[in-house]
Amino acid sequence: MYLIVRKTLTLLVGAFAASFVVFCCLAVLPGNAAEVALGTNATPDAVARLSEEFGTDRPLLTQYADWALGLLHGDFGTSYVTHEPIGPRVADRFGVTLWLVAGGMLVALLIALPAGVLSAAWHRKPRGTLLSALSQAGIAVPAFLAGLLLVYVFAVRAGALPAGGYVPLAEDPGEWARHLVLPCLSLGLVQGAALSRYVRSAVLSVQRQDYMRTARAKGARRWAALCRHGLPNAAVPVLTVLGLQLSALLVGAIVVERVFVIPGLGDLLLRAVADRDLLLIQGVVTVLVVAVLVVNLLTDVLYRVVDPRLRSR
Amino acid sequence: MKSRMSLTIGGALVLLLLVTALLSLVWTPHDASHIDASRQLAPPDAGHPLGTDQFGRDVLSRLMEGARITVFAGVVAVGIALLAGVPMGVVSGMSGGWLDNVVMRVSDFLLAFPALLLAILLAAVYGTGTLTAMVAIGIASAPGFARVSRAATLRVMAGEYIDAARLAGRSRTAIAVRHVVPNILDVVIVQASVSFATAVLAEAALSYLGLGTVPPTPSWGRMLQESQDLLFSTPELCLWPGLATAAAVLGLNLLGDGLRDRVDPTLEGVR
Repeated sequence: MYLIVRKTLTLLVGAFAASFVVFCCLAVLPGNAAEVALGTNATPDAVARLSEEFGTDRPLLTQYADWALGLLHGDFGTSYVTHEPIGPRVADRFGVTLWLVAGGMLVALLIALPAGVLSAAWHRKPRGTLLSALSQAGIAVPAFLAGLLLVYVFAVRAGALPAGGYVPLAEDPGEWARHLVLPCLSLGLVQGAALSRYVRSAVLSVQRQDYMRTARAKGARRWAALCRHGLPNAAVPVLTVLGLQLSALLVGAIVVERVFVIPGLGDLLLRAVADRDLLLIQGVVTVLVVAVLVVNLLTDVLYRVVDPRLRSR
Repeated sequence: MKSRMSLTIGGALVLLLLVTALLSLVWTPHDASHIDASRQLAPPDAGHPLGTDQFGRDVLSRLMEGARITVFAGVVAVGIALLAGVPMGVVSGMSGGWLDNVVMRVSDFLLAFPALLLAILLAAVYGTGTLTAMVAIGIASAPGFARVSRAATLRVMAGEYIDAARLAGRSRTAIAVRHVVPNILDVVIVQASVSFATAVLAEAALSYLGLGTVPPTPSWGRMLQESQDLLFSTPELCLWPGLATAAAVLGLNLLGDGLRDRVDPTLEGVR
């Protein structure tokens, strides 16, 4: 319990620091938000009036405090460019990205667990080496390239799946799933390849343990011993990596959303960068960093649930 | 046996990347940015072994110049990460106490800040460009170097020769420079190879998003982005930059793996 409180405090400090860093990064921008919004032909009067309206004429710390307090209430402010409230837009887009990340994680696990366990079990055989080589090749392919190749094979050649776009789940579940298959595959294939290597080395090291030999000596078959005693122990190191992978998926989704024209958080962020919509950039980046921090916290806690030996530390 | 194979294949691919990048400084078959409206999307022939793109530019020349951008990106990012991370790790590992704590907490915080996100943020502030992108990737990779070199420093500091150096009256700086740094170099080199691969992937992704290398400078990520619209008509355009990126990353990863196996006995517990 003490540990969870301490970790949550660390998370809060981290989130505070991250939001401050993001705010500072964008605050040093040449020219203020009003100038950017009005363009190069704006009169100084108009800029001053709009600055007052945006609140960007106040001291930086006051601006930060206002913005951060708003965040705590879920108020992300109003976009300087579209003049719409940012919170609902971020929430909307976050939902789309979460589906993508969840699908990507599922694909990654479905690939990594069997591939990792098999390549460990077969590590002295050619087929084990082949699996290992395949995973090495998979890691080298960037997610967006995997996306392009998948589009070519399944959309261009086979015509079986859409090359891009997104349909909300509430609108048409069938089309929603069809539109998510290729994006999730391109995110998950690469992460799965990376994850399978960790699964492999975790299973390999477990296989050398004394309790595995004892289990075999007691007459358990190789696979039975592995499933009963090996895999639960191998799960601990894999879980840590899983947390890191989830963060990588969140960021990877930014690129994959661009490939498949999916209206997620990444798409929103890239549009905000193109429009120089500072408050929107600030909001999206903070949400993504806090999401990464939360994933790290959950991994830490889960790690201790799975491995009782770590609880006392 | 396996480690030697990784080293050989990885080394060969990395060498190919470096040689292509260096060669492109003095020679490419054509001017990589030369637009030739009469030769749009021409199939491969003797003059253009990989054909031309939608602007009639020679694909092979662009690929070669792209290799240069890739190497440049990796060198800048790894250079920054190395120069920032290794001193942080060594100082932290040698001094211990509150300084160690502070350095490690800062690196924890930086680790939670995804590299690509930092790069997008910097691109929003300072505008797009290979250098801006790689500074961001370098900053984000520095904590990795700090952690690895701290762990290695702790191992070195336990050695008797460090006690001997202390008793001989050597200053802390002298111990760091003469004894610690040379002895952690192997671990740092392995980390550099892995980070180089990360930087290559990041540069490709950022250029693909339009936040990295600015056109008309050819970069593999940019080439992939430009080929996406033509996926239905000329899919082979996306093949070459894709293959080049994957081969470069594969080579760097294999090289890193091979080197790590060489260093392994002393590396246990570090990673």
